[in-house]
Amino acid sequence: MNWDNWVPLLVVLSSLLPGLIIFSLAEQRVRTRTTLNLFGVITKLGLVALMVWGVYNEHHYETRLELLPNLELVLRAGPLSLLFVILSAGLWLLTTIYAIGYLEGSPHRSRFFGFFSLCVTATVGVALAGNLITFLLFYELLTLSTYPLVVHRGTLAARRAGQTYLIYTVFGGACLLLGTVWLYSITGTLEFTPRGFISGLGDEHRSALIMIFILLITGLGVKAALFPLHGWLPQAMVAPAPVSALLHAVAVVKAGAFGIIRVVYEVFGIGTAAALGVTTPLAGLAAFTIIYGSIRALFQDDLKRRLAFSTISQVAYIILGIAIVGPIATIGGVVHLFHQGLMKITLFFCAGNLAETLEIHKISEMNGVGKRMPWTMAAFTIGAFGMIGAPPIAGFITKWYLGMGAVNTGQNWIILVLIGSSLLNAMYFLPILHRAWFLEPPKSWPVDRQFGRKETAWALLLPPLVTAAIAVGVGLLASVPFSPLEWAKLISQREFYQP
Amino acid sequence: MQDMFSHIPWALVLILLPLLTGMTSFLWPRSAATLGVATAAILVIAVAGLGWQLHYLYDGTYHHAVGGWGAPLGIALHADGLSLLMLTATALVGMGVSVYSLTYFDREKALRFWPIWLFLLAALNALFLSADIFNLYVTLELLGLAAVSLTALAGGKAALDGAMRYLLATLLGSLCYLLGVALLYHSYGSVDIATLAQRVEATPAVWSAMGLIGIGMLLKAALFPLHFWLPRAHASAPAPVSAVLSALVIKAAFYILLRLWLSLFGPLSESGAELLGLLGAVAILWGSIQALRQVRLKLLIAYSTVAQIGYLFLAFPLAAFAALSTWNAVAYLALSHALAKAAMFLAAGNLLRFGGHDRIRDLGGVVQRLPLTAWAFALAGVSIMGLPPSGGFIGKWLLLETALDQARWDLVLVMMLGGLLAAAYVFKVLGYIFTEADISHETGEVTKTMEWAALSLAIAAMVLGFIAVPLLEWLGLEQVVGISEISQ
Amino acid sequence: MSNVIAFALVGVGLFCLGLYALIVQAHLLRKILAINIMGSGVFMIMVALAKRGADGPDPVPHAMVITGIVVAVSATALALTLMLSLSAASGSAKLSDD
Repeated sequence: MNWDNWVPLLVVLSSLLPGLIIFSLAEQRVRTRTTLNLFGVITKLGLVALMVWGVYNEHHYETRLELLPNLELVLRAGPLSLLFVILSAGLWLLTTIYAIGYLEGSPHRSRFFGFFSLCVTATVGVALAGNLITFLLFYELLTLSTYPLVVHRGTLAARRAGQTYLIYTVFGGACLLLGTVWLYSITGTLEFTPRGFISGLGDEHRSALIMIFILLITGLGVKAALFPLHGWLPQAMVAPAPVSALLHAVAVVKAGAFGIIRVVYEVFGIGTAAALGVTTPLAGLAAFTIIYGSIRALFQDDLKRRLAFSTISQVAYIILGIAIVGPIATIGGVVHLFHQGLMKITLFFCAGNLAETLEIHKISEMNGVGKRMPWTMAAFTIGAFGMIGAPPIAGFITKWYLGMGAVNTGQNWIILVLIGSSLLNAMYFLPILHRAWFLEPPKSWPVDRQFGRKETAWALLLPPLVTAAIAVGVGLLASVPFSPLEWAKLISQREFYQP
Repeated sequence: MQDMFSHIPWALVLILLPLLTGMTSFLWPRSAATLGVATAAILVIAVAGLGWQLHYLYDGTYHHAVGGWGAPLGIALHADGLSLLMLTATALVGMGVSVYSLTYFDREKALRFWPIWLFLLAALNALFLSADIFNLYVTLELLGLAAVSLTALAGGKAALDGAMRYLLATLLGSLCYLLGVALLYHSYGSVDIATLAQRVEATPAVWSAMGLIGIGMLLKAALFPLHFWLPRAHASAPAPVSAVLSALVIKAAFYILLRLWLSLFGPLSESGAELLGLLGAVAILWGSIQALRQVRLKLLIAYSTVAQIGYLFLAFPLAAFAALSTWNAVAYLALSHALAKAAMFLAAGNLLRFGGHDRIRDLGGVVQRLPLTAWAFALAGVSIMGLPPSGGFIGKWLLLETALDQARWDLVLVMMLGGLLAAAYVFKVLGYIFTEADISHETGEVTKTMEWAALSLAIAAMVLGFIAVPLLEWLGLEQVVGISEISQ
Repeated sequence: MSNVIAFALVGVGLFCLGLYALIVQAHLLRKILAINIMGSGVFMIMVALAKRGADGPDPVPHAMVITGIVVAVSATALALTLMLSLSAASGSAKLSDD
């Protein structure tokens, strides 16, 4: 009995089963719900740790389930999968704690946490997917499980945002499906293989392959908020803060970017993609998105919307790193998956704290808030500097590698994009910090929920501090083995050279 | 014990048992509900038994001459993979609907429901087990009359109007079919399908027969543009009856067309196949757009049926070059649709019972009081949309793959558009179900049985998404598709 | 043989007449009559085609016609009952328009 083959499935089930049970719990069973949530999280983290240790020791973790004749559902643990799984599982723990605090006393918590768990199940499934059909399955599951979270509040605005979200994501899903089936009908396989599995095909499929690439990237680009498919993201900000945190740092947006990584490297292979001529347009689109997102962010007064446009810009870094055909840029893109997750979730946690404690939603209301909520703003500051790219925070590492990669492949215009976007990031983050730290607060805050001697509830305060600390940590300790950077180097190696 | 089990003539049980219990429940009304559910349960076992027999005893095809009189004069029973598919759908949906109806009908209506429902089951099973085209006519008529009676069950102007329309349409269809049968018999001297398969050629008589039978079956299967009777019949029929109409009765007509196509007409006509495909494509688009425009939930689901039937017809043009994969896709689509659509109608029935109306806009707040029903509708919707993981997804994948293989971009486009439109109308409903609203009206009673029946069918549609390989093997359609000799 | 053709053509004619009436006539009783006439047309065709020459007629189509008549009678009974209930419920024996 090979237990190894069950582990990936168990990782997925560890949030599915608690989630299903949570749905049937009555609203007031807070204790039971919390216990189930934490039980699921800890089981998942434990299994993930097991997989990390195992992969290091030459274990092979793979679950296969026959879906159709000649087509299997595959869950496999590899370096790229594990990078994303660790991010998802770890941030799920923190977001669960945060959500428990944030939604205290709100209606429909059982429903919320049920779909929350389903959402993580889908994300982990996306991470561990070993072929394109499994990826597609969990990707669509992600759409289905995040929609109820977006409309959770049930207001008219929430419903409209949900409608927009659906239009974009269902359209994206259809593109992804068509691309996948088409590819399957040409190649007969969908397994993710380092350096791609379509390199052997002849020239007669060239135009079909380009069309398939466009379809797949469109389908994935919707979730990754690539211009012009980004329209749903700012609108989805009506959802509660834990949802925004999860959507932007972990689940939806990253799933899209992760999918693009998989498609470019392990379906097409970077060599083939470059030969087809699709990488440069993709790089151009990513670069445009970076600048576009940053410029739009400048004009937002609503804090969450500014962060939303910042996300649109930041995720495009990942895609840029991939589309630059070079191992060093790949390192930058892949590691940013991890880094951006950490930094963005910190920022969203802080935004949620401001909203929960002081009913602050707009930047113009943030004068002097650093005096009232110093720890929250400290975490926010770290996140902001990371976004700008200041060392030693994680964001700096990303930009360094992206820049080096650009120089290495002779695409110097990218350096301009990087510098430009850093400047823009500074332009929309620094004023916030200035306002918070250096301006006088109003005589009294319009709404001011007290939490005893601390600035806000423990459940709201702890997660952003932890993620901010980790963001600094991965930056400082970037050369330590098992750091995200080292991991990204390993992944990049596999995609470009013989393992 | 296993020996005994394997030698019971399950095919006969499938037909005779519901007939007997139908009559008994009419004569002894007290027992009606119990008999009904018990029969449904035994039918499930019977189908499993028949499937087992087909695999291990009869090498894929079962043929039995009733009373020892063989073709061309006697009535024979014939079971193969295709029959098995339809019988499975009947048994599963029948089980769900029977359980649902236990608590749905009040005393007076239940008295009339159970006998007719059991007769309908008998007629369906007999239809799927028929081996000659005249027997198909008889069972088709039985089915039609039973279905019309059930549709009129609720009484009241709207229901009677819908039932009358349905009756006229179904009689017209049967007459066209009968005329086709007459022509075929006159040309070749037999009504036995296997015999005809050997003898049929492309003559004007056969062409006419094909046209007539085609029109008759298209009318009964509610394929565009002959679908006019369906929405009205559904609108006022009781929920379990709507479920059966959409899930099974329409499929019976499709089954006949498919069976005759595979044996007799398919090799003769390529343009016929293209025409069917075209009508199917229009049905998908037209039905989905109409569904989006509906104000009432049951009508939305009815138009969804009109659209989904279109998918089945897309297979005809594709099957010429890739028979097995196309028909596997059709099998999956038919089975998933049966389960999911039945679940949807049962869920709609719950909503209607709860709120006293089925206006989509006013469905708010339902999810708080009827969470199981909301879930049933959502899961069924996932299968209808063709999203993973569900039976509908598998069917859609198989059909897309075949279409792409043959570079039929027109069909691919129609399928993708159909999926998007389906998502639009399903989420339209889900959006309203999940909104906050105060429940300010008198609420009707919805029992847990009703909710679980709907949910179970929806879950079954989901489960179908994971068991594709064993299921397709169990159905064994390779044999069916390769029909060209008399089965013995 | 021309007798056969004549009968068959009359049958076809009845079928078409009935179809026309079914579509055009509004009153339900007329529609039901139209269906019956169509049925009779089909039966005539079947009987006509049953002739085999010197051997005597082919009994199989005759059996089919008898079965068909039984079916038609039951269907007509159901249709008439429905019509009566509908006209009692709505006041007129016509299908509603929309």
